[in-house]
Amino acid sequence: MVGIHTAVRARRRPASVLAGLCAATALLALAGCGGGTSTANGSYGFPQVKQESSAITVWVDADRQAAAKAFQKANPDTKINVVAYDGSANGSNSFRTKMQLFDRAGSGWPDVVFSTQNNDAAWASQKSNGKQAFAAVLDKGLVPGDTLAKFTPGSLNPCKVDGQLYCLRNDLAQTVLWYNKKLMDQFGYALPTTWEDYQALGEKVAKQHPGYIIGAAGDGFAPEIYMWAGKCQANGVTGPKSVTVKVDTPECKRVASMLDTLRGNGTVPVVSVFTPEFVKKYTGKVLMMPGPAWYAGAIFNNPQSLNVPAGQLGVAAPLPWKGDDKAVTGNVGGGTWFVSSHSKNLAAAEKFVQFVTTADDYQVNVAPGYPAYAPAADKWIAKQESSKYFATSLQPVVTAASDVWDGWGYGVFSQEAIWAKTMTTGVTGGKSLVALLPDWQQAIENQAKVNGYSVN
Amino acid sequence: MTIAPPSDQLAAGAFERRRPARPNGRAPGRTPIGYVFVSLYALLALAFGVFPSLYAVVLAFTNADGGFAGAGNFTKVVGDFRFWPAVLHVTLYLVIWLVALVVFVVGLALLVHAVRVRWAGTALRFVYYLPGALAGASSVLLWLFVLDPTASPVSGLLHAFGFDSFVAVIQPGHLPAIFAIIAFWTGAGGWIVIMYGALNNISTEMLEAAQVDGANAVQIALRIQLPLLRKWIAYMGVMSLAAGTQLFVEPQLLSQASNAVVPNDYSLNQLAYQYAFQQNDFNGAAAISLILLVVALLLSWVFVTRGGLFEKE
Repeated sequence: MVGIHTAVRARRRPASVLAGLCAATALLALAGCGGGTSTANGSYGFPQVKQESSAITVWVDADRQAAAKAFQKANPDTKINVVAYDGSANGSNSFRTKMQLFDRAGSGWPDVVFSTQNNDAAWASQKSNGKQAFAAVLDKGLVPGDTLAKFTPGSLNPCKVDGQLYCLRNDLAQTVLWYNKKLMDQFGYALPTTWEDYQALGEKVAKQHPGYIIGAAGDGFAPEIYMWAGKCQANGVTGPKSVTVKVDTPECKRVASMLDTLRGNGTVPVVSVFTPEFVKKYTGKVLMMPGPAWYAGAIFNNPQSLNVPAGQLGVAAPLPWKGDDKAVTGNVGGGTWFVSSHSKNLAAAEKFVQFVTTADDYQVNVAPGYPAYAPAADKWIAKQESSKYFATSLQPVVTAASDVWDGWGYGVFSQEAIWAKTMTTGVTGGKSLVALLPDWQQAIENQAKVNGYSVN
Repeated sequence: MTIAPPSDQLAAGAFERRRPARPNGRAPGRTPIGYVFVSLYALLALAFGVFPSLYAVVLAFTNADGGFAGAGNFTKVVGDFRFWPAVLHVTLYLVIWLVALVVFVVGLALLVHAVRVRWAGTALRFVYYLPGALAGASSVLLWLFVLDPTASPVSGLLHAFGFDSFVAVIQPGHLPAIFAIIAFWTGAGGWIVIMYGALNNISTEMLEAAQVDGANAVQIALRIQLPLLRKWIAYMGVMSLAAGTQLFVEPQLLSQASNAVVPNDYSLNQLAYQYAFQQNDFNGAAAISLILLVVALLLSWVFVTRGGLFEKE
């Protein structure tokens, strides 16, 4: 793999040549020269540079290097330079940071980028300081319509801004209810069918089996697991620069109240599932846990984490609230692939993203997460079930994939970070989530405004 | 953030005192080799110090299109809801750290200097200096373990203070003290060595005279050693202030390690970083940097004048 700095360095010479050409052009003709900006409007709905059959540069995180390898194996004639980077994970924001620097330099953009963040389309689709938007429009002819139609319904929502598609989803992160079937049977508990039942069961567990837990709310994605599924309108992104924030609603209060109760009795602790503390305290003690599809591999079937033995882990569909006509669920992550609008080889870039999101060679045979591309997802589920690890059918995971509530959007700022610094610290400091709701509202509004959003 | 104290300066100063006058009487600064050494430094200082600062000044007074923005960028960043909390965070951290630095560094240097057993003094200086070998980001990574009650070698102590989880340790109110402890741990050892060197420069005749006059160790420390250390304390203050106002690595790493429980806009430098790379607003970032520069210069001026750093003896 080529290191990130090597790749950038390799592009310096063209950058300096281009800069020289710009200066000369500006002096002679006072003509605009954006350094690598478009030469003509393309047929795909965005301005394109002159196309050539050059190698493409793809940026992937550690996990997606397998995708690039699978592509290279299946398409030896298409040359790709693979650059490893952190995938913009854990709030590093490196994807956006580096594209903005390339915008300023006027060159250097990679052709394809994988991001672990599902809200990157919010900025990548927009012009910034007058510079062309980084992301290529994909649904105006670049990616075939029949391919896009086969993605799981709703799965491409994070990639849509103002009705146009700017990325392809790699995997989905729909929230389901994971549970330990063996423990549930042993304790004689029935699966809850509503969130109210879930809370009642938590209160029973606290009395009858103290120490056991039915969830965790210590990570920044707690709002995406609980508040999103409760239809709390904390993140109603209504346009590229507008958001509706209403957390003083019965929908938000019912979730906050439930979490306060369960936190109080110790059945939903405010501990991150990725900490040694969680593993130490709760290995063998997790009765149930609402969480994204990827919890199966990352938390339960992971020797470094809870390491639940085969034949115990079951999965149930997302729970509805009493009175709601149907259950909805939240979403925690899920990677995305972007094609650069500056690419000199859009055909190869499109071929690459289509392969890594749809081909069985990667999505079924190698990928660790639930594929966004529905035909691959079916085969992926069949493969997981054939492993005999799970105690129940994985069908609820498939159903939940298209039940993600669309009232929670994908803005440019991180709801997870706001929750962590406002609610997690507040709760640890002794306050209740219900009491902290106004603080949360204010924090979201503040963050939205400094990012240029109008708040309704 | 932490800068290495220039421990060789005392040695250089001592050498200069012992150096005999040149036979031809030519001033050392006039030799061509001097210009070669200085020119390299000057070039680097211009390239990485002066020009970027000037560029920041230009950015701070212009908008994204390059037009003159007046004080627009400054009013924008000062009006940002994150600005004043960041000012408060950095101020609290600086107060705790600088006070601790001055009190403990000077105190420990005096103690080490008072140790008459040669090997014990050497060993103590080595032990004090050792943590400084682990500076910057690597030091913060070490502290991530120290501060986590489930992984810390001093978990008993953390539990005794009532901290059962990492999040409880890194509550917002604890952060100035935590960052001050980290900075002290990595930086104080070097300064102790420097203060020790400065104490060695005090003439033994003066100290013996004081002893003959009946002064005890405390009186000698307060009446003779401390006043003679004043310049070095001021020097430590200026250097530490400059480094401290740029608080960035500690909260940034802690923010990532805590999954944003520690906010990524905790310090002013982080806020400038957010402006530049989250909001793509380099002009706003430059305005914050310039405010920081002016404040640091003003405070340094106070240290320099009050500490008599440039006074001739």
